Amino acid sequence: MRVSMDLELKDIPGQLVLALKPVSEFKGNLISVVHHHEKKTPRGKIPVHLVFEIKSDHLDNIISLLEESGISVVSVDEKRYLEHGAVILIGHIVHTDIKDTIDKIDNTGYAEVVDLNLAMPRINRPSSASLKIDAVSKQHMSAAIELLKSIAKEKDLLVIEPICVN
Amino acid sequence: MKTIRASIIGFGAVGRGVAKVLLDKRDYLRSIGIDLKVIAIADSRTAVVDSQGVDLASALSRKKETGAVGSDTISGTEIIRTVDHELVIETTPTNIETGGVGLVNMMAAFERGMDVVTSNKGPLALKYGEVMAAAKSSGSHCRFEATVGGAMPVINLACDVLAGNRMISMEGIFNGTCNYILSRMMEEQAPYEQMLAEAQELGIAEKDPSYDVEGIDTASKLVIVANSIFGMNVSYKDVTVTGITRITPEALSLANADGFAIKLIGEVNDSNINVAPKLVPLSHPLAVGGTLNVFSVQTDLAGPITITGRGAGSIETASAILSDIIGIYRN
Repeated sequence: MRVSMDLELKDIPGQLVLALKPVSEFKGNLISVVHHHEKKTPRGKIPVHLVFEIKSDHLDNIISLLEESGISVVSVDEKRYLEHGAVILIGHIVHTDIKDTIDKIDNTGYAEVVDLNLAMPRINRPSSASLKIDAVSKQHMSAAIELLKSIAKEKDLLVIEPICVN
Repeated sequence: MKTIRASIIGFGAVGRGVAKVLLDKRDYLRSIGIDLKVIAIADSRTAVVDSQGVDLASALSRKKETGAVGSDTISGTEIIRTVDHELVIETTPTNIETGGVGLVNMMAAFERGMDVVTSNKGPLALKYGEVMAAAKSSGSHCRFEATVGGAMPVINLACDVLAGNRMISMEGIFNGTCNYILSRMMEEQAPYEQMLAEAQELGIAEKDPSYDVEGIDTASKLVIVANSIFGMNVSYKDVTVTGITRITPEALSLANADGFAIKLIGEVNDSNINVAPKLVPLSHPLAVGGTLNVFSVQTDLAGPITITGRGAGSIETASAILSDIIGIYRN
């Protein structure tokens, strides 16, 4: 997922590196860093705005590490999924490790499987599933679907993706 | 009045449709200055040749009653090589492996400087560049609207009516058989095999349906579109193809619950030529049902243009052939 975070740093050397370290430690992908040195707060601190992509279960760790280093976390906005997509899968979805399929999408940091509906008509018959995927941008959605297609190829699943709507 | 001597090579559903339409439209064609005289018709085993003009009505009834169009044993290719005429209406069946007799016929026609109007996808899907080069070097016209989308104007729409526009991408449904099967699977919540059997019973699907349901037919049409409208130089082997045989009724229901239909979509854009089942929003212009075909092209000036119509059928395909003939000889 994509996280947008407002921090306040002390006005002493080395603080920005300190603020970015936890993000890199948990393999976050920095999208932007804006350092407002000219806009000091009344308490004399420097506002910094970060945007990064991260696996969702690492966010809390990052926040605690920042706070332990004496950095104030002013706000965290994690609702950065702008794209919502749906695909259909057909094949032996469960027996080819559905958890692994979902994890691989979730581990990208830029897309997540947010809903799954499964229909299993009979043993030995192929199952069908509808997957809802959220992603941070159109490009990331395409990347997530391409990834899903490559996983599906290995597992002999058919992916039915939406047409490009202009 | 211009007299055009023509042969009809191939007298199956499409060839017979052409004969019927030429009979019906004779007066109209004369009114625009075209006197079209069919001087030979060939089916797969027999032929009728008459330099004064074949009587189309009796050729049609002879074919219906006896299964043979005539008593001559001259082949279609020999007619093209030996009988003087200006236009070959090539309606032999598509062979996607080699181009079949259709390719031989078209090349033979160009060797003699004759014009060709065809409904045969094979030669164009396999050897578009070669075929068009042969036509050009002999000064022949080669028109093939009937190869894509039956009655729906696709090639002529893009090349003539939308002339001057740059084609950015296109997508559509080009196979009525697949569209019928998928639409019925959704309506009846029935498995693929059952709705294929229904389509075969109704004559919508062939006994061996693989050409349609595996996406091969759609892929051949995309190649023709890619080459003629998008100026590419690709062949059937450049298309990635997935058919509809794995689609389940459960998948259709799940898609429907999310507001989508599943359709076999063919698409051409800068980066790929692809046939695959896709999710189409139910309110989208591409979500047409039954055996309908639909074609949507993105252009730089006119924006998106979408048309829908009957993609197959003897008279519908003959309509496309007639429009090509008029396109060549009206001016």
